Amino acid sequence: MDNLREKTYELRQDILDIVVAGKGGHIGGDMSVVDILATLYFRIMNVSPENQDSPDRDRFIMSKGHSVEALYAVLASAGFFPLKEVLEKFSRFGSPYIGHPNNHLPGIEMNSGSLGHGLPVSVGMALAGKMDKRDYRVYTVMGDGELAEGSVWEAAMAGASFGLDNLCATIDRNRLQISGGTEEVMKLDSLKEKFGAFGWNVTEVEDGNDVDQLTKAYEEAKTVKGRPTVVIANTVKGCGSAVMENKAGWHHRVPTAQEYTEISQELLERKGRLS
Amino acid sequence: MNTIANRQAICNVLMERAKTDKDIVVLCSDSRGSASLAPFFKEFPGQAVEVGIAEQDLVGIAAGLARCGKKPFAASPACFLTTRSYEQAKVDVAYSGTNVTLIGISGGVSYGALGMSHHSTQDIASMSAIPNMRVYLPSDRFQTAKLIEALLQDEKPAYIRVGRNPVEDIYSEESCPFQLDHGVVLREGTDVLLVACGEMVSPALAAADILDREGISACVMDMYCVKPLDTRLLLEKAAGVKAVVTVEEHVRLGGLGSMVAQEIGAYDPKRVMNLSLPDAPVITGNSREVFDYYGLNGEGIAREARKALKA
Repeated sequence: MDNLREKTYELRQDILDIVVAGKGGHIGGDMSVVDILATLYFRIMNVSPENQDSPDRDRFIMSKGHSVEALYAVLASAGFFPLKEVLEKFSRFGSPYIGHPNNHLPGIEMNSGSLGHGLPVSVGMALAGKMDKRDYRVYTVMGDGELAEGSVWEAAMAGASFGLDNLCATIDRNRLQISGGTEEVMKLDSLKEKFGAFGWNVTEVEDGNDVDQLTKAYEEAKTVKGRPTVVIANTVKGCGSAVMENKAGWHHRVPTAQEYTEISQELLERKGRLS
Repeated sequence: MNTIANRQAICNVLMERAKTDKDIVVLCSDSRGSASLAPFFKEFPGQAVEVGIAEQDLVGIAAGLARCGKKPFAASPACFLTTRSYEQAKVDVAYSGTNVTLIGISGGVSYGALGMSHHSTQDIASMSAIPNMRVYLPSDRFQTAKLIEALLQDEKPAYIRVGRNPVEDIYSEESCPFQLDHGVVLREGTDVLLVACGEMVSPALAAADILDREGISACVMDMYCVKPLDTRLLLEKAAGVKAVVTVEEHVRLGGLGSMVAQEIGAYDPKRVMNLSLPDAPVITGNSREVFDYYGLNGEGIAREARKALKA
């Protein structure tokens, strides 16, 4: 997709609308991860409403399930379900649009929500691909705070041990979690070295909110043989508006009417500056 | 005395079926020996996955395999499988609805003197409490084999607990009546109903013999399907007796006894006594010594039945 940069601002507006409509959501992480999701769904992965039941489709697991509003916005934009339906039903009584991914919805492979589950499941999916000699690839996105979960490292060991070069994980490295900075909550830095020591191919993306930089990293990952790849995407939590950017308080916050207007305007301005 | 443990029966069925069903995958967490699955790993290396001592990874990987069309059987000591990876069982298996069979080996107090870290006397309660999870405790090797065959036919989550050591045969090659989720009446009786699961079925039968010699007629039911409990059969047989006694290798709270009492209390109130392990670390000893100490043997069950029948 050529106009993906513009598109990410429209997706941000959709996310804002979903959060306001459902009166809840994890908007900060949505805004940091949306460029990663957009790049994967619109440029990298072979998955669409047309082939979603094909055994050869690429698989995506949203390990940081709380950023489900970003996933809904991207899946809706890709045609898996109508955005209008998400806006009407998100978080409402009896809704399939729950506050975390649920595989009763088209395009969602697994239920998530509790952190540290996506990588082990992705290892299983990639392993099945190897067993069946299929060419599909498996993608997962984890939050950086999520890396404190021990199960991530169990799977990191297994992914490398099994030589799963059809597996590509992304770390949404926005450096903030609910209680504050990741380095204050639990030190994570030297991530490159950590994953490298586990036997992974590690790629760091300087600006993880830049779809072109992300595209380059994912295309390169496809050429790596014999080991899985982790893309460390340095993102900005709340990316898209100065109202939210790099503020831990926006981990899950519903914008006021005033903030909604300010954020919307800034999204339009930033989109306008692209052309 | 039978020398084939239930875990061995599981391996035999999986090896037979894996010859033609290439989607069967066995996963272990450095537990292939304790699970008696080493022959499977040797014979079908392409259908066997070793994850190391990492139970969360074991169950998460199994769920991922299942979502891609595989039929995973993840085997690990019940004490670790039902606690360390409890959340993976809840979210990746039960909630996501993946076709994973979790096999808790060396269940209950099988590990005897190794202590409470290695006992799983809470697994019926914890696994049953997960919405969309089924829980089975087969009583002997023949029933275990039938259960595995049946679970290969459906695509729903399940947890099976088996013990470490060979147990007395309840059934035989020729006679092992089995229907998934249906309890089995092993003996008809009119005074007391003994409901047991897993390794407690054998002593329940012994208790019925003891009671019979005293003129007390006991009906014995093998309720291997703890969840979903065969409520219809339970109530049908409970209607014909004066009292019910449940026996399980599990704590009292939330196990088979709790479930049976709940149903009897709701639909056909009468006395229900629960024989179980205590709400405490059990005394040190091998399985037999532990069972004898807590009255989980023929005489202990008979004693409980007599108590239950006293007005």
